[in-house]
Amino acid sequence: MADKALMKGNEAIAEAAIMAGCRFYFGYPITPQTEIAAYMAKRMPKIGGTFLQAESEVAAINMVYGVASTGMRVMTSSSSPGISLKAEGLSYLAGADLPSLVVNVQRGGPGLGGIQPSQSDYFQATRGGGHGDYHMIVLAPASVQEMADMTVKGFDLADKYRMTAMVLADGTMGQMMEPVSLDIKPSDPIEKPWAVTGTQKARKHNIINSLSLVPEELEQLNIARYERYKLIEENEVMYEEYMMDDAEYCIVAFGIAARVSKNAIVEARKQGIKVGLIRPITLWPFPKKPLLAAADKVKAFMSVELSMGQLIEDVQIATQFKKPVHLCNRVGGMIVTPEQVLAKIKEISENGGAK
Amino acid sequence: MVVFKKPEALADVPLHYCPGCTHGIVHRLVAEVIDELGIEGKTIGVAPVGCSVMAYNYFNCDMVEASHGRAPAVATGLKRANPEGHVVFTYQGDGDLASIGMAETVHSAARNENITIIFINNAIYGMTGGQMAPTSLPGQVTQTSPYGRDVKACGYPVKICEMLSELEGPEYLERVAVNNVANVRKAKKAIKKAFENQLNNKGFSLVEVISTCPTNWGMTPQKALEWVDEKMIPYYPLGVYKDRSAESEEK
Amino acid sequence: MSTTQILIAGFGGQGILFSGKFLAYKGLMEDKNVSWLPSYGPEMRGGTASCSVIISDSPVGSPIVSTPDVLVAMNLPSLDKYEDAVVPGGTIFVESSLIERKVKRTDVNVVYIPATKLASENKIDTLANMIMTGKLLETLGMYTDEGVRAALGKVVSAKRADMLEVNVGALELGKNY
Repeated sequence: MADKALMKGNEAIAEAAIMAGCRFYFGYPITPQTEIAAYMAKRMPKIGGTFLQAESEVAAINMVYGVASTGMRVMTSSSSPGISLKAEGLSYLAGADLPSLVVNVQRGGPGLGGIQPSQSDYFQATRGGGHGDYHMIVLAPASVQEMADMTVKGFDLADKYRMTAMVLADGTMGQMMEPVSLDIKPSDPIEKPWAVTGTQKARKHNIINSLSLVPEELEQLNIARYERYKLIEENEVMYEEYMMDDAEYCIVAFGIAARVSKNAIVEARKQGIKVGLIRPITLWPFPKKPLLAAADKVKAFMSVELSMGQLIEDVQIATQFKKPVHLCNRVGGMIVTPEQVLAKIKEISENGGAK
Repeated sequence: MVVFKKPEALADVPLHYCPGCTHGIVHRLVAEVIDELGIEGKTIGVAPVGCSVMAYNYFNCDMVEASHGRAPAVATGLKRANPEGHVVFTYQGDGDLASIGMAETVHSAARNENITIIFINNAIYGMTGGQMAPTSLPGQVTQTSPYGRDVKACGYPVKICEMLSELEGPEYLERVAVNNVANVRKAKKAIKKAFENQLNNKGFSLVEVISTCPTNWGMTPQKALEWVDEKMIPYYPLGVYKDRSAESEEK
Repeated sequence: MSTTQILIAGFGGQGILFSGKFLAYKGLMEDKNVSWLPSYGPEMRGGTASCSVIISDSPVGSPIVSTPDVLVAMNLPSLDKYEDAVVPGGTIFVESSLIERKVKRTDVNVVYIPATKLASENKIDTLANMIMTGKLLETLGMYTDEGVRAALGKVVSAKRADMLEVNVGALELGKNY
């Protein structure tokens, strides 16, 4: 383990992106993710890359759109209010089927909100963020190592499926330091015959576009995109099961909330309560199958989240309302504590899981 | 003998523009310049949102359709992705460039981004059916200024070339018109220079083209061309507003 | 299987985050699982700053230290805020040249060190944090000469190599207090 370095989550994202072959970063300062921009500003000029502090989040995401159109790996990062500004661009990226990586280090909202950690952009991320029918691949790291790993994974999946991958972290993940090992080799580049790189007068012109004024055609484009999404749901789901083998109660949580929950689970088991955790690593595609399977075994679920009840809806849908789903949450920049989660586990187990 | 033919950089498809609209002329000028400079194979155009949204179908070079107002940001990405290999131009109307996209316009100019911008100023929103534009003249009647543009309520028109000329960033700013043969010739010269500047790595070049919108101005094409002379040009004087290289040569 | 949860708190500028990072690196280099989490935001710019460090034999769950085994209080507001959170049997290190009052709890170990005064007397004004940290390591039985040097090598910039010995001096000053 001694070969590992201590890094902040935000820095791990930035370095992993560079190692994954990203040479273009566009962003606008906002707490608590500014370390990503600062890191890129320092590193990119030294490796022939581009760092540009855009005039706005809106401009930044459209610069991403420009580079993505050429087929190069490109990213931006922001925190909640800034992601709302980028939402228009996210929709256009989806409409034009462009690969890109977007990082959201969430803070409490709505509005300007606060700057402390939150998970309240869950709906925004898992439902796409902007207008129209589309998804982003949403990756939820729960450690600094995963901040790096999910960044690399995000670039690969974005290229593979021609869509945006979002790393959905929170202020804690961005700011904390943990040992991290960055042994990353960029994956083999994928052919991108659709990219605009100049025709060299050797081929028909390529058009990057999301406009389609003929409803019959636009319908088919949407259907085709959702066929691709179906493949992603079949092949790219990632999750972690923790102490689920004999679990009678199942916590569902991601990111920092999952880490807090693990402490509570260890404590609960000392007190004889059989509780486990299913931690979605991909929030979209959501791990529906393992949750549905768990629904036949456990007495109840509990969604632990830093939002007013967003993740819980996906748990209810995934488990087809077979078992009660309880909520344990804090919001506004407050973080659930192991004690709070433990108390709720006890309360649920005393009632046999009933709501 | 061929006396008149379509430029190679212009696709052989029917344009959707209204009769008498000058978009077609400006498209042709841009295509002629691309042909003459022999850069079609490395040019990437950025289409806006507005009447020229489908410009991506009309040019034979690679094209990108941007969201409303963001063409200069998209162009920034395209250019930075391959500064030597790409020639990048945007083609934007007045709503796109001077209203919703003002921030992108000003900041790409301030950065002296090495791109070429063709700015169509016809003082109206065409695609949505004739609403007031940031460049609509005082007193001009539009669907959303039915009693004439009241400067007390909605302010004054934005003069882009004058405004940007105050910045240190941009290389070249010129306002031209396409309402008569002489002006068309001057417009082509300006557009060519705006592309040459990019090829010579001189930076941000913007050509504002005073254009017509007979349909939404409620005029015949002929009357619209006259209105450019009578009303538009007096408010938006033609000429070079900034030419840094020429200025430094003089000094 | 042991886990030590450390909370260091004080004013911004007292080197709170640095000493936390040093402790985390020391743990890392001894093959422990570690995490380091700073408070962030406006408070970084001159207000109160705090930093959670966890050093454990097992993987670290939550990186947030809400019930510390060890509290390092570098100013009065920090002692006021966190004294009650310390687990019974835990240890509180009090910067006693800045904090006049005594710890009220009777179920915790308390170590008073006038670190700022010591630093000033030894002309290492900016290193009161490391004096506290030296005492902390000594009290918890975690002080080894190689260990602190190795960890300092990671947190002291190579450009300021001269600072390494100065930091060792501060740690020793605390250890021997």
